[in-house]
Amino acid sequence: MDEGTEISVTIAQVVQRLRGTHLHSQLEKQAKECLHRPEIKLESLKEDVRNFLRASGWERKLQNAVYRELHILPPPAHPAASPEHTKEPLEYMRKAQACWEKRILKSLNSMCTELGVPLARKRPVAEQRHLTNKWNEMGTDEPDLSKFRPVYAPKDFLEVLISLKNPNHDCSEGLTARSHWGLIQISLNIRDIPQMREAYPELSLNRGQLGIDDHAHVPPDLFESEHLRIGKKVLSEQDSAAAQQYSRQGCPTGLRAQLWALILNATNEPEDIMHYEQLKAAVIHHDLLVDNLIYKDVKLTASNDDYYFVFEDFLYQVLLCFSRDTAVLEHFSYNSATPPKSYIQGKSGAEEFAVVYPPNGVIPFHGFSMYVAPLCFLYNEPSKLYSVFREMYVRYFFRLHSISSSPSGIVSLCLQFERLLQTHLPQLFYHLQDIGAQPLRIAFKWMVRAFSGYLSTDQLLLLWDRILGYECLEIVAVLAAAVFTFRAENLMEVTSLASAEAVLADLSTLKVIPLLQIFLFATDI
Amino acid sequence: MAGKVKWVTDIEKSVLVNNFEKRGWVQVTDNEDWNFYWMSIQTIRNVFSVDTGYRLSDDQMVNHFPNHYELTRKDLMIKNIKRYRKELEKESSPLAEKDENGKYLYLDFVPVTFMLPADYNLFVEEFRKSPSSTWIMKPCGKAQGKGIFLINKLSQIKKWSRDSRTSTFMAANSGKEAYVISLYIDNPLLIGGKKFDLRLYVLVTTYRPLKCYMYKLGFCRFCTVKYTPSTSELDNMFVHLTNVAIQKHGDDYNPVHGGKWTVNNLRLYLESTRGKEVTNHLFDQIHWIVVQSLKAVAPVMINDKHCFECYGYDIIIDDKLKPWLIEVNASPSLTSSTANDRILKYNLINDTLNIVAPNGEIPDCRWNRSPPKEVLGNYQVLYDEEQAMSENTERDLRSRSGQSLGSKSTKSASVRPVTATWK
Repeated sequence: MDEGTEISVTIAQVVQRLRGTHLHSQLEKQAKECLHRPEIKLESLKEDVRNFLRASGWERKLQNAVYRELHILPPPAHPAASPEHTKEPLEYMRKAQACWEKRILKSLNSMCTELGVPLARKRPVAEQRHLTNKWNEMGTDEPDLSKFRPVYAPKDFLEVLISLKNPNHDCSEGLTARSHWGLIQISLNIRDIPQMREAYPELSLNRGQLGIDDHAHVPPDLFESEHLRIGKKVLSEQDSAAAQQYSRQGCPTGLRAQLWALILNATNEPEDIMHYEQLKAAVIHHDLLVDNLIYKDVKLTASNDDYYFVFEDFLYQVLLCFSRDTAVLEHFSYNSATPPKSYIQGKSGAEEFAVVYPPNGVIPFHGFSMYVAPLCFLYNEPSKLYSVFREMYVRYFFRLHSISSSPSGIVSLCLQFERLLQTHLPQLFYHLQDIGAQPLRIAFKWMVRAFSGYLSTDQLLLLWDRILGYECLEIVAVLAAAVFTFRAENLMEVTSLASAEAVLADLSTLKVIPLLQIFLFATDI
Repeated sequence: MAGKVKWVTDIEKSVLVNNFEKRGWVQVTDNEDWNFYWMSIQTIRNVFSVDTGYRLSDDQMVNHFPNHYELTRKDLMIKNIKRYRKELEKESSPLAEKDENGKYLYLDFVPVTFMLPADYNLFVEEFRKSPSSTWIMKPCGKAQGKGIFLINKLSQIKKWSRDSRTSTFMAANSGKEAYVISLYIDNPLLIGGKKFDLRLYVLVTTYRPLKCYMYKLGFCRFCTVKYTPSTSELDNMFVHLTNVAIQKHGDDYNPVHGGKWTVNNLRLYLESTRGKEVTNHLFDQIHWIVVQSLKAVAPVMINDKHCFECYGYDIIIDDKLKPWLIEVNASPSLTSSTANDRILKYNLINDTLNIVAPNGEIPDCRWNRSPPKEVLGNYQVLYDEEQAMSENTERDLRSRSGQSLGSKSTKSASVRPVTATWK
């Protein structure tokens, strides 16, 4: 496909997706209404209406909406390629993902059978009323969750990734030393440090950074004040693209909530609030088995967390609604995963009785709630919190637990992490491997959660600024490698997996941005 | 160095003992010669009492001021603050300025409070002005949430005074137990739907001139139960009281974090959700009320040179981000409820000792009380009257009535911690 056709295909796709949206009808309405204005002349109608929409900010809203679509649209595929191919081009990855899904679903179904709990049931009226009253304090209702266990934990998932093999690549011969070293056995196109230096110019040593140049000992007029001024300007312009570029150097704490919402085009208009209220009603009407998994996960993670325990109730309010949100299903067009299906009782296997379960197609795993928890520091309105989280999920977080070849996918991150350590700290890598402390076994849990729950919140938000800014999770793998580098001296002295884990148990004192900057720009290459 | 510091304590807490031992100090009993005595408030009463007291020598230090209760007893604190305001008003100080409703602009930082039974009539008058309000009753001399209850009807207080008069326990004390009754802050700032209060540590090394330090690592204490202002929940103390001593009995008490959240978390949350300016303003106001409360008691405090004191300030923030001083504790709990708590309290004692017993040497109570910046640790100078006096006194009044507190960023405050506007 040449560039011209590629663009027109993309344009057609975007137009297709925006047609019939709320924004579309609003734009039409505005255009019609403005006809009554004196400045709209019949002879220059098209031009005048366009000028009006520009001046009144509607053009910017359309721009932001298009920008959002461009983000999530997969690159146009060859016309002959199947939809499957858009989800994931490599067949062995697709197969591995399908196989993994089957396992999860089986485990969910067997839990269902063992415990005699239905996948879904309508709540009796009294229970509905009770839940309505308790909506703001679900944390105080302690259902007996002892029988429930998370469907899977990150370490189960890691085993699957380790066992990935590329059938087109014969492993038996031509082994390089490197391929024996790490846990990930396949090869993907990942960037080395010189390539990343080009990709992350804003992180270089001579550029101002929040997370470094806002330190108490740096006079604010060197960088911080000017950066803050620009941030306010970006917000007043309401430009998603500009906000995203801005976020690469970090968002000031006081502006972050608004900037992230702008980058994600996550609005909190009456229709968004209504959507959230509908989901809430759905939670109140029906009880799902996955609700127990969500409760259990929050209790096991956020409720015990020094930073996030305060927000326990917000987490239920977001996660329970999320599980009912069928709008999330849309992201499966570009996610290698496929939403699990269940069958109406007694009709097992009959396709026409199949329903997606849970309704959003996402089965939560151990630690899932940590994707939401840090956002609670930014948004104190549940509906707003919800829309930002959902957008973060369908853009980024889903990649951290789907098997795919995407550069932001967890497989690439694992490989990236191992390669960086092997290339730049070969002695350390060898030492850890030698004592049976494979670095990936330690770093995997950090990466699956994009470090949520491991770093202090202020540092985590600075990291996520960069994820949004570069629209890529690669930086997560870089940070994992940088953490090992930073503690390399201590790690060289350990003699067991347990002691290596102990050295890396507490990351709450780390300063993320200096670590990234030094690793990317001050490592010898 | 003339030998090792000999220490005594009647509070056997590991955070204390570990700190003394780390310095190579030697434990002795209180019958022997000692240099450093970390004591409970019961003991300090004896040390300075007319009958049993004894003269402290120059190389002896204790961790309380003789009449600390002027600040740390709820009724006396209120009395002193009321007197302080009146004096400022008499001097026509700009600090005593009032708004059109007769409320102090800068000195309205404790909830309306009365002594009971002494001020009963005044209380009734105030109660009738806003009959729907809730009031909180606290015994003056007790801590950790003991004996506290809420009322919203006058009949409840009548019942209480009847009961307490007839109860045999009270009769034995001849009804001596005084209470304060304060307007209950019924619009507290909620985070995640939960109520909390702030516990901040403040070190005073001298009252005249006043020198005080704020510990940067305070924390928020959260109620485990959702806050509802409804009166039906009046009896559920877990909703209203944030003391760990009380909360520990709640079903939802979590031993990992103990319902505690660092002040840094609070700052991050407020700055993210409300913006930097209002957050800075809030923290400046908190510092302001701590200094004002200390200035209010400074004239009556016996400024014994052997003494220093580390106070636990309890502050509630309302939903308009106004801080209210609830009470001051003379012996903040040194019990550690969680691992982080233990580290915090160990460091608190460590930093305190670094200031009051420089270099871990045998103390000399005539020390200049101007520790070098390097030893402050997590303390920051909150107010240094000596230094403030030497600075231009005119400027402060001007800026006080001008842009006043909030405008200052924390950064400039940490570079120059002594905010010259606080006089």
